[in-house]
Amino acid sequence: MALAFTALASLLLIAIFIFKEGIPFIARVGFKDFLLSSDWRPQAGHFGIYPMIVASLLVTFGAMLVGAPLGIACAVFLNEFVSKPVTQIIKPTIELLAGIPSVVYGFIGVVVVAPLIRSQFGGPGLSMLCAALILGVMVLPTIISISTDVLASVPNAYREGALALGATRWQSVHMVILKAGRSGIVAAVILGMGRAIGETMAVIMVAGNTVQLPHSPLDSVCTLTAKIAMEMGSATGAHRQALFAIGVVLFLMIMMFNALAMTAIKKGFARK
Amino acid sequence: MRIPPRHAQALAVTLLGGATGLTLAILIFVIVFILGKGLPVISLGFLFDNPRDMGKAGGIFPTLVGSLILPLAAIVIALPAGVGTAVYLSEYTRENMATRIIRFGTDCLAGIPSIIFGLFGFIFFVTTLKLGWCILSGALTLAIMILPTIIRTSEEAIKAVPASYREVSCSLGATRWETVLKVVLPNALPGIMTGVMLSIGRCIGETAAVIFTAGASLRLPHSVFDSTRTMAVHFYILAREGISNENAYGTAAVLILSVLLVNSLSYWMMNRFIARRTK
Repeated sequence: MALAFTALASLLLIAIFIFKEGIPFIARVGFKDFLLSSDWRPQAGHFGIYPMIVASLLVTFGAMLVGAPLGIACAVFLNEFVSKPVTQIIKPTIELLAGIPSVVYGFIGVVVVAPLIRSQFGGPGLSMLCAALILGVMVLPTIISISTDVLASVPNAYREGALALGATRWQSVHMVILKAGRSGIVAAVILGMGRAIGETMAVIMVAGNTVQLPHSPLDSVCTLTAKIAMEMGSATGAHRQALFAIGVVLFLMIMMFNALAMTAIKKGFARK
Repeated sequence: MRIPPRHAQALAVTLLGGATGLTLAILIFVIVFILGKGLPVISLGFLFDNPRDMGKAGGIFPTLVGSLILPLAAIVIALPAGVGTAVYLSEYTRENMATRIIRFGTDCLAGIPSIIFGLFGFIFFVTTLKLGWCILSGALTLAIMILPTIIRTSEEAIKAVPASYREVSCSLGATRWETVLKVVLPNALPGIMTGVMLSIGRCIGETAAVIFTAGASLRLPHSVFDSTRTMAVHFYILAREGISNENAYGTAAVLILSVLLVNSLSYWMMNRFIARRTK
């Protein structure tokens, strides 16, 4: 059954081809000059991606500030505080909405959120704040659906035990259930981060795309993914290799997130 | 200061409920906003006319065709590979090193963002294999992207087929392969179709992986070696380059409606599948 290895083979193929284009470039430019320089001028032969790494991480972090509390609160509420039939209506609705294409979220960012930021806080509107808000909403379905599964897998005896000791629902949730499901929820958040850092089209539309180290959330930034997608069409030679090298960095970051999430999940299930 | 438990409980319920309400409100707002602005634009002419002037006027017919062909082609490629993997994992082998590696590979593939798929499709299918920007390159790239979904849902569906079915089939003298083909797969079909529908939904909404592999030609494609533009890519170009907001809203409305339709269909199928299984 050679078919069974298609997924694995594809993964290897992807890694090999991205690395083959990117790694020699990083070696030539120099690890330090590539990752830690702020000078991105492809025409002049300067390829420093530090501002984009910072932008990607900050935008992802910001998205988590929005998405994680909201998503976890949602999951807890749906799982512990409302009756089953209600959950069975709301959960599919949220999952259905996970299908909204990312370009649509980006568009909403451009026509609704960015003007709002511009009029309320000043600045260009298309900014790190805008990107973080949009991404925060986009990762909600991921975080909610994984967290709900995690909470549902916490044994009922824990709940009953806590309630029998006279705890209120909320006490049983934050003292017992969240503790039991902690690593699973951590995994949900990390997977959400992986989605946020890899998101491209929505970010291009709302982040403003200026290569710079941001001083405030209202500054325009350019993430790793946005840089790749915007310049891929026209880039040639070293410039194109540089974009693949960014791909390598992104690939490794995502793999790290995935590995972290998988260990967290394994730990969560091993304990039971 | 300690808050009395009963007040803490009330506060928690309010906050958590508020968060849930807010989430639903945001998600519903997105849909209502797009449909509200987009539905008035949609007409038969909009759906079945060719775009004129780079999409500033006219309809979206070629992109509709692109959004139909590309996901279907991706499914045709990914389905045999995905179901094959699932059958192998669940019927032909026990848990061992090989299955663990396959599962690990599948999980990793599922986490890769679409821009990486786009990069890979561009360098491998478009450049190295010299296919150029065409439906085939796009479909192959999308097929790899949806492979994990297909594998996972198919495996779940196959596992859900009761062991007694297999035992009866084997006791009637069927070989393992005959059992898979005539007993297991037909019974797992609704579950597998759920995965297929979910994958189609994902392909329709995809932009980053498509724009670098299938291109963005507005002409009607004549073969799989022609470039095409999907609705998602069309919408992205219209909105980003400010060509026509009105047509962008219209395209977005059609896009959202088709994704929601496909996804609802897959949920309906999944529920029917689960209902039948628990009977």
